[in-house]
Amino acid sequence: MNMNYTADELAFRDEVRTFLEEKLPADIAAKVKEGRRMSRADHERWQQILVKQGWYATHWPEEYGGVKWTAVQKHIWDEESCRYGAPRSIPFGVNMVAPVIIKFGSEEQKQHYLPRILSGEDWWCQGYSEPGSGSDLASLKTRAVREGDHYIVNGQKTWTTLGQHANMIFCLVRTNTEVKAQEGISFLLIDMKTPGVTVRPIITLDGEHEVNEVFFDDVKVPVENLVGDEDKGWTYAKYLLTYERTGLAGIGASKAALSHLKAIAGRQKKNGRPLIEDPTFAQRVAQVEIDLMAASISNLRIIASVEGGGVPGAESSMLKVRGTELRQAITDLSRRALGPYAQPFVEEELALEFEGDHLSDPDGAALSPQYFNMRKLSIFGGSNEIQKNIVTKMILGL
Amino acid sequence: MDFNLNEEQQMLQDTVARLVRGEYEFEKRLKYSESELGYSEEFWKQLGELGLCAVPFPEELGGFGGSGVDVQSVMTELGRGLCLEPYMQTVVLGGGLISQAGNDNQKEEWLSRIATGEIKIAVGLDEPQSHYNLNDVETRAEKSGSGYVLNGRKGVLIGGHAADLILVSARTSGDSRDADGLSLFAIDPNAEGVERRVYPTMDGAKGCDVFLNNVQVGADALIGEEGQAGAAIHYQTGRAVAALCAEAVGAMEEAIKLTLDYLKTRKQFGVPIGKFQVLQHRMVDMSSELEQARSMSILAASVANDDASDERDRILAAAKNVIGRAGQFIAEQSIQLHGGIGMTWEYSLAHYAKRLIMINHQFGDDDFHLEQYASLLQAS
Repeated sequence: MNMNYTADELAFRDEVRTFLEEKLPADIAAKVKEGRRMSRADHERWQQILVKQGWYATHWPEEYGGVKWTAVQKHIWDEESCRYGAPRSIPFGVNMVAPVIIKFGSEEQKQHYLPRILSGEDWWCQGYSEPGSGSDLASLKTRAVREGDHYIVNGQKTWTTLGQHANMIFCLVRTNTEVKAQEGISFLLIDMKTPGVTVRPIITLDGEHEVNEVFFDDVKVPVENLVGDEDKGWTYAKYLLTYERTGLAGIGASKAALSHLKAIAGRQKKNGRPLIEDPTFAQRVAQVEIDLMAASISNLRIIASVEGGGVPGAESSMLKVRGTELRQAITDLSRRALGPYAQPFVEEELALEFEGDHLSDPDGAALSPQYFNMRKLSIFGGSNEIQKNIVTKMILGL
Repeated sequence: MDFNLNEEQQMLQDTVARLVRGEYEFEKRLKYSESELGYSEEFWKQLGELGLCAVPFPEELGGFGGSGVDVQSVMTELGRGLCLEPYMQTVVLGGGLISQAGNDNQKEEWLSRIATGEIKIAVGLDEPQSHYNLNDVETRAEKSGSGYVLNGRKGVLIGGHAADLILVSARTSGDSRDADGLSLFAIDPNAEGVERRVYPTMDGAKGCDVFLNNVQVGADALIGEEGQAGAAIHYQTGRAVAALCAEAVGAMEEAIKLTLDYLKTRKQFGVPIGKFQVLQHRMVDMSSELEQARSMSILAASVANDDASDERDRILAAAKNVIGRAGQFIAEQSIQLHGGIGMTWEYSLAHYAKRLIMINHQFGDDDFHLEQYASLLQAS
């Protein structure tokens, strides 16, 4: 039993810290830490800094511009970058479609798409969920019919995160209706500028435009945009989901959020003292911190087993449930810390550029919206109920 | 023992329910919320015309002499419609403070106009540092000639942006957080030195903070005895708590109804998702939370107008604690059972969830009321 980093790992951590101290723009870090609105340009600026450092594509082989990090190194990166307030990379290109293209795509696809992901020329979004297909993803209905050297695509995708910025979408489409649901699905890359593609915003309960509906109306897609074999898309989709699930526990992000909560509770007052010294509130924060401590060790145990050649399976489902519950508990407490001031929705204060007087806490405006926004954590990436089904079958054998 | 509404109470509840059904379908509510006023002037008028603003006041002042249960009947239906009008602030709390502490002139001037729906009131008791402790008041009122000069800041006055009259607590003596030394003043929102910072709220209403900079008021602005407002504030916010509990029950009932409908109609894996046992049990837990909340709302309504006592305080604190927890559970789980659609602006469910969470931030959350209750625990 040894829970310490090796000398090499410690050296890597120092390197990461130095990089973050020197290269992470202060305005971006402030936005991330304080929960303010990030622009598309913010994401792009940070991506280019990472690409230049060679630390953007951490799941890719080196020949395509990736960096070969161990599971522990990835963990160190996650912890440190969250602590410093670095934005999480938008995963759809670099961490989702790219691994699929690398593993199952043609050489032309690799040569064409991978450099464009690194350069930021392509912004990808995900076309998985449909209005009738959420947890039951394999029931998807978007149809692709082969006509000569094209597919004609008709249907609708939904919950498409940041689709408003994207120029490319990877889609699961039905190419065969004669076989079992999972066996008639293909993985298609679609240019969003193709005639017949329409993006409609979905405004969420916190007033944000983060997700979209994407409609396909007789959209012509060249057959060379098919990844792998026709009707084999479900295999690729599942491969991609294992990448999606990794990191959904968000332990590093929860640690950063907890530290932010403590700062706010240190500024808010109750009975003339800082709220963090109030016995009731302090106990609530302590309880979350204790549970987070346990979850972060569970996380490390999974990382260590991957490092030792194990495969993270259903354990990552368990951790996703725990991790998202913890993050939600932290946002609950952050909202509670404001007392009556959790009610005002002062949208203008969500901008870093806001120069007026803050209504309450300088970081207060984001707290209630974030609490509501973070309800998504237990819904997306496979709802927590679905994750528990996975644990039931894969670990418990029930 | 009879937990049913009597015939009059049932008629009252039906009247409000009909009005809400007619005027407050979800699309209309979104429009009211987005308007500059933030609610429906027309609906407010109808509340007045139907006599609903007169419910709690004594007959000699043009009221119905209604009980806590009558107010509960109205508030539950307003909660079901997610109504945005300042009924609780004006009729229950504002009217209640003036009834209890006001002199005859003040009652005559304001209560009859509250009862008809002619004026709207906002009440400012919280402050940036108060965190629900209404004795934690730093706003000061100093004697000046025959009147007073007020300085300070009152926080999160729901409906304060459009109120005709603002009631604020201010300290005339004592230190911050002393129970004694609080006074209650009626402020003209347009008076010199009164500044309002107006904002929408998370649950679709509007409110403001009120900044008082050397605001001059006459002696007639003082409601009740100088330095003695603590008791009336405590008592009347208890009535507001009971009203909020009733409103929350209406919102919970609707959230549960929407969720149950969804479980029966939404199909995944070839069956309605309500066939999955884990969701069935969750739905049972939500319904059971609702029953707990309903019980406490009834209890709170039944003591809301009783004489002040530790027992009344205990019950009201207990009710708000139960409703805070039940509201959060139902808000969170009804979103979860809906999945993504439960998080969208254009579907009503999310708005019920937001209102339920925000009710927990009005007049004390479940933690605050647990502490209140604990401080009044009986030895045996």
